[in-house]
This record gives sequence, C-alpha cells and structure tokens, in this order.
Amino acid sequence: MIHILKIVAQRIALGLLTLLVISLFITFGVELLPGDLAESILGQSATPETVRVFRAELGLDKPAHLRYLDWLAGMATGDMGVSLANKREISELVGIRLANTLFLGGFAAAIAVPLALLLGILAALYRNSFYDRAVNVFTLTSISFPEFFVAYILILFFAIKFGWFPGISNVSTELALGDKLYRTLLPAATLTLVVVAHMMRMTRAAIINLLASPYIEMARLKGIRPTRIILRHALPNALAPIVNVIALNLAYLVVGVVIVEVVFVYPGLGQLLVDSVSKRDVPVVQACSMIFASVYILLNLSADVISIITNPRLLHPR
Amino acid sequence: MKEELISGKITRREFAQRLIALGIIGSSAGTLLTWADKAHAAKRGGRLRAGIAHGSTTDTLDPATYENGYMSKINYAIQNHLGEVDHTGNMFPELAESWDPQNGAKTWVFNLRRGVEFHNGKTLDSDDVIASFQHHMGETKSPAKSLLKQVSSIRKDGKYKVVFELTGGNADFPFVASDYHIAIKASKDGKINPTDGIGTGAYVLKEMEMGVRFFGTRNPNYFKPDRGWFNELEMLSIVDPTARSNALTTGEVDVIDRVDLKTAHLLARKSGIKVEETTGTKHYTFPMRTDTPPFDDNNVRMALKHAVNRDEIVEKVLFGHGVVGNDHPIAPSNPFHAATLPQRTYDPDKARFYAKKAGGSIKVQLSAADAAFPGAVDAAVLYKEHAAVAGIDIEVIREPSDGYWSNVWMKKPWGACYWGGRPTEDWMFSTAYMGGASWNDTFWKHDRFDKLLIQARAETDQNKRREMYYEMQQIVRDEGGVVVPMFANYVFGTTDKIEHGTLAGNWDLDGDKFHERWWYS
Repeated sequence: MIHILKIVAQRIALGLLTLLVISLFITFGVELLPGDLAESILGQSATPETVRVFRAELGLDKPAHLRYLDWLAGMATGDMGVSLANKREISELVGIRLANTLFLGGFAAAIAVPLALLLGILAALYRNSFYDRAVNVFTLTSISFPEFFVAYILILFFAIKFGWFPGISNVSTELALGDKLYRTLLPAATLTLVVVAHMMRMTRAAIINLLASPYIEMARLKGIRPTRIILRHALPNALAPIVNVIALNLAYLVVGVVIVEVVFVYPGLGQLLVDSVSKRDVPVVQACSMIFASVYILLNLSADVISIITNPRLLHPR
Repeated sequence: MKEELISGKITRREFAQRLIALGIIGSSAGTLLTWADKAHAAKRGGRLRAGIAHGSTTDTLDPATYENGYMSKINYAIQNHLGEVDHTGNMFPELAESWDPQNGAKTWVFNLRRGVEFHNGKTLDSDDVIASFQHHMGETKSPAKSLLKQVSSIRKDGKYKVVFELTGGNADFPFVASDYHIAIKASKDGKINPTDGIGTGAYVLKEMEMGVRFFGTRNPNYFKPDRGWFNELEMLSIVDPTARSNALTTGEVDVIDRVDLKTAHLLARKSGIKVEETTGTKHYTFPMRTDTPPFDDNNVRMALKHAVNRDEIVEKVLFGHGVVGNDHPIAPSNPFHAATLPQRTYDPDKARFYAKKAGGSIKVQLSAADAAFPGAVDAAVLYKEHAAVAGIDIEVIREPSDGYWSNVWMKKPWGACYWGGRPTEDWMFSTAYMGGASWNDTFWKHDRFDKLLIQARAETDQNKRREMYYEMQQIVRDEGGVVVPMFANYVFGTTDKIEHGTLAGNWDLDGDKFHERWWYS
C-alpha cells in the first residue's frame, strides 16, 4: 500500500512539473501568434491610438515574461485571474463551461464505456462469428468518419427527418436533468460512436490474447462455461490495457470535443478555448489548458494506479 | 390622429399633411410616420428566438467594445440612440425629439424626448446623453473616438437639451451622433456604468452569457408605443452556418441571420421557412496601396479595374445574392448614390490598353483570406482568371484568416477587404478615402476629392451636395485605388409566422432592430 502511495506522490509531483512546462509552452506559443487581444478585439477598427489605450488598460504593455510570472504567482495561490477581454473572474467563467463539458463527457462515457466493454467481451466470446465481424465493421466505420460528419448524419435523421431530438443542444442552467439529458443525447451519441471502437477493440484483443494462455486452457479443460472463463479468469488479467485505453478515451471526451460542441452549439470548455485563442485572451487560454492538461494527467495517473492494483506482480514487486 | 392612422381611417399622406398643418416640424412627423408604418397589423406576444452568426466569449456589454453582429443586436435590444435609421435609409430622431443645425451646421441642438425611462427607473435627461458621449471621447479605446474628434464641446441647455459644438460644419452630424457605439445609458455623477446592460431599449436584460445566450423580457415602459412586440427575446450565438440552418429547420429558433449562401435556395424550399434579403451598404473590396509600386500608377489601377468580371463574381461567390459595384463605396441605398454614373464592365481590351500605357505587362500579387469576406479567396482566383484574358498576371496569395486585419490588411500592397458601409456618403468617404484618414486602406490622397469632401459636409443645400457627391464618386471610380466588385446582400431566414414591415438595409436583420420591429402573425 505504501508502495502505491509513493508512486502516486511521485506521479503527482511529475504531473505538476508537466503542468509548469505546459504553461510555459502555452504562454509563449500564444505570444508567438501574430497580434494581441487589443488588436484582435478592435479588428478592422484598430488604430494605433485606440490599440495603445486598450493595451495600457489590459496591462499588455508589460513584457511577456513579467505577465507570465504574475500569472504563475496568482495560480500558485489558487487565483486564476480575470479574463482580459471582459474582466470576468476566470474561475466563474470556466466554472459553468467546465460543468457543461464534464456533464456531456460524463454522459457520453456512461453510455460508451459499458457499451464498449460489453461489445468487446461478446466479440471475444463469439470470435470470428458474424456478430464479431458486424460489430467490428460498424465501430470501425463510425470511428473512421470525422466527428462533424457523424454529428450531421445524426442530426439529419434524428432531428430533421424524424424530429425526435433538437438539432442544437441549447442547455441553460435552469433546465431539469431529464430535459438536459434529452437535449444532449445527440452530441453524447456522436461522441459514443467516435470512442467506442477503440475501447471495444482493445477489450476484444486483450481478452483474446489471454485466451491462448495455459491457465485458460486449464479452465476450459475443467469444463467451465465460456462466459465464466472470460468474466472471471480472462477479464481481470486483461484489465490493465483496457483501463489505459478507457482513460485515454475519457480524456478525449473532455478535451477533444470542441468540434461536437460547435456543431451542436453546446456551451462547453472547448468553445471557450477556441474563442480565447483567436482573441489572444492569454489568462483564459492558460486556465483552460491547465484544466485540460490536469484532466489528462489525472486520468493517466488513475489508469496507472488501477493497472498496478489489478496486477499482483506490480503491486508486490520483489 | 395617430390612432386614426393606425386604424386605417386616414392615409399616410393625409396624416403627414395634417401634421404639417398642425405645425409639427418635419423630423418628428417622420418619426411618428415610421413607427406607425404597418403597425395596425402587429400583434403583441410570444418569445422570439434568434440564432446569430456572431458572438464570442470575449464580448462585453461595454458599448466601446461592440465589434460584431451579436453585440450590435443586443445593443439595439436593450439600448437606444439619439437617432434611428429607417427603411428608407433616412435618419429619424429616436431618443432625441428633434434636432436643429445652426451656424452653418457647426452647432447642433438636440432636443431630448421627455419621460423616457431607463430600465432602472431613472428618467432620461441631458446628463445621461453627455456622459454617454464622453465614454467615447478622450482616453478611450472606443472606435467611435475618431468619429467624435469633430466635436469640440458638448454642453447641456436645460434638462432636455444638449448642444454640440463642432470644429467644422457637418450636415450629417445626426448620423454620427447615432453611431451604434454611442448607446445612451443612465449616468450617475457624470459617468455611465458601461457594462451594466441598462438602457432605455425595448427589452430588459435578464440573463447574459457571452458567446452563448442573451435573454430579455419586454420593457413594459418602452417609450415607443408600437414597437417591441415580443414578450421575450432570446438570442443564441450559433457561429457554425450548418448548425444555424439546423436550428431553424428543426424549430429551435425562429430567425437566423447570414444564411449559408450555397444552400439558401434549399432552405427557401423547405415549408414553413422564408428566406429574405436586403441590399444595404455592405460591400467587398480589393484595395490597392496607391503609395506602393506598381499601384502608384493610375494606369495599372485602371487596367485592373477593367480586368474583372463582376457579374461572374456576384454569380459565383455571392450566388446571386448581391449587386455589382462600380469601384466606389457608395451603395444604391445611400441617398446620393450616383445612379447615372456608367457601370464599369469587364473589358479585356481596355485593360490591355491601360496596361500598355503603364509600360507593358502587369504582374502583381493579390493577398486574400476568408477573414476579409466569405469567398474572398474564390473571388481572387476568379479575378486572376479574368485578368489572364487581358494578359495581366495576378498571383493569388492565400493568407491565414487568423490575424488578417493586423498583418495583411493595409500592409500588403493589394488585398481583400469588406466594409459594413456607412449610412452617409460623408461618413464612408471620411472613414476610408480622405487623405490621411486612419482607415484609408488605399493610402490614397486626392486634393480635389478632399476639398469637395469638406465642402459637401457643411453644405445644407441638398442639390449642391448631390452634385458634389456625384463628382466624388466619379473621382474614386476613375482615380481611386479600390476595386469594388460587389455589394453583398444581407440574407436571413425566418419561420413563416414572423411578420414585418418594409425591411431596412442599413444592417443585417432589418437594421439589427428586428426584435423591436417584427411580430408574430
């Protein structure tokens, strides 16, 4: 147990270091982009004079490394700062968006993960059958299309032709949970179609891989039913690679959904990030990137921990 | 009497005659008339939901930062201005009751409407107007600042009268004073709170999430009795064109702006949906830097102006939703548009003739990105093909959309650009064609043009003004540095339950005032 805690502590320390490096990359990446917030907000109507006044107002006349250090000092005390563009607290700005993104990601995950596991296990069980082929073809097809295409196809049928679901996901805070689920079902379905294939194939491959090992042979010779062999004997040992893939896909559900957000007009974090990058609103870009990076790091960390726990050889190293 | 008009007992003409007989001055009679226009058919009620092509998380409610169509529509929903442009393109008093130029249009007296209430209960007076103007003057980032440079002082003359002193005569000052940035807001101790969202407008701001959603309810004390028909107004920012069409076709919204031109005809075929368009002042241009070779030679400019097939560009880039331009920025809807000026057409022979005068072959680069206007790169490629027929070699350079306005526009010798246009000739010319103007994107300077511009600005005789503006349009057309191939229509879609009067073309969606002008049948 102490061993695991040590690993976790190590990983968290490494994660913080990664975040620091990322924040450096992001700041100077945005800095390299042409123009700044004052110029991009004023756009065509930027004159040297208005840009100068605007920059002074925003503190953009200070050199980039000083602004970065200011930001870092704030971040260390948990203060994400205010948006340059509209002076709103970033924590407040990001809060609603993050909740929306997590809601959509969580909803999609709640459908996708059990579905992928089920399909994968069944595919392993009835390997090379018609069902196996069909599931493979279907999931690989859906992952091969770009997300926006899958989204438009779903909209075409379920929103326009049949009229069962709304064509855009206009969610506001006062909506009841049921309504919210109903309004976000199409984007969640799109994401599900996109991520299921990866997890399903990994589940299938990992289990099939183990089915060739001697102890499964033994179990089979004992006369155990195939379902039980897979669920009790193969699956626990196959968990490590599956959990890793699930973690990657969950991370994707949080950080990679911007296209789906745009198509369904869903007010998530991705949209906020894109807006902020195009307007060079550095503090907001920083905050969003930090959240995205943390999600990645945390999910990977938990995947590692789970694989260690499920594998006695790693849990009790000699 | 207005009730008589509304109920149809008297005609508009009779109405106007009676008003004049009663001694009501022309401008306010006009206001009563426009507001009464078609009002007898309007009904109150319902929630209007609009899907708007703009909007960003980085927007703010501060009028000095309005830069896109989403904020402009919110602006017109919650706030009013001194004057309002109607469907004829003329300016009518809105929060002002009347205005009066004195001293050769150097002094302007604005009489304010009485009894207008802000959403917070305060009554509009001179102090509010002065504070609202001062927000855009002095040390400010407001784009209206350069417009208000001509104002040397503002003072109040009683509770309901504001006097502007200008540095030079300007017969169009009411247009300037009604610029969309200069929303009139409630003041406290001589200052407005720019981001409080409180105005005198037809809708009271209830909820606002930038880049996502605006929600407002009808202002029960709105000062225009026959405007603002909807009980509730919801505006969603839907930037993706396909998502916008989807929202309209699936009934999630009732109105969308900027219909995707490629699919507009398909949308119009759908039952229950109307696609409508207005031709306003919005135009797409290819400005050449006249201070940079080879564009400093007017023969080169003339060669290029003759080397473009405008009809084909309107047909292929605008899908027919527009009209051809005549190499000057004045739209057919502007009051002094020179309709008699011959339309410039595609003429490879003339282009060749001018190219020869310029010393033989012309080889130039044209920078374009879709940030300049949708389809700019396609238009540039078409231009290249047209010019090739005349032996002119145009190399199209595809620039990144990101940062286009800071790195390409007014930097590269020849590029693409768009102008929302301006309601008056003076404003358009002063903004982008006067020598030394900060947005003079052709870096053009013409002494005769500049002299006419100053003269026409102070001239109050309409016929003389018309002559001067005609001449100026001709000068820009024949000597200016800009190619204006087209004026683009505003194309929008609504459900067939929406009704409206004659549409204004000064901005998208009925002058961005659709929410107060339209109603449900």
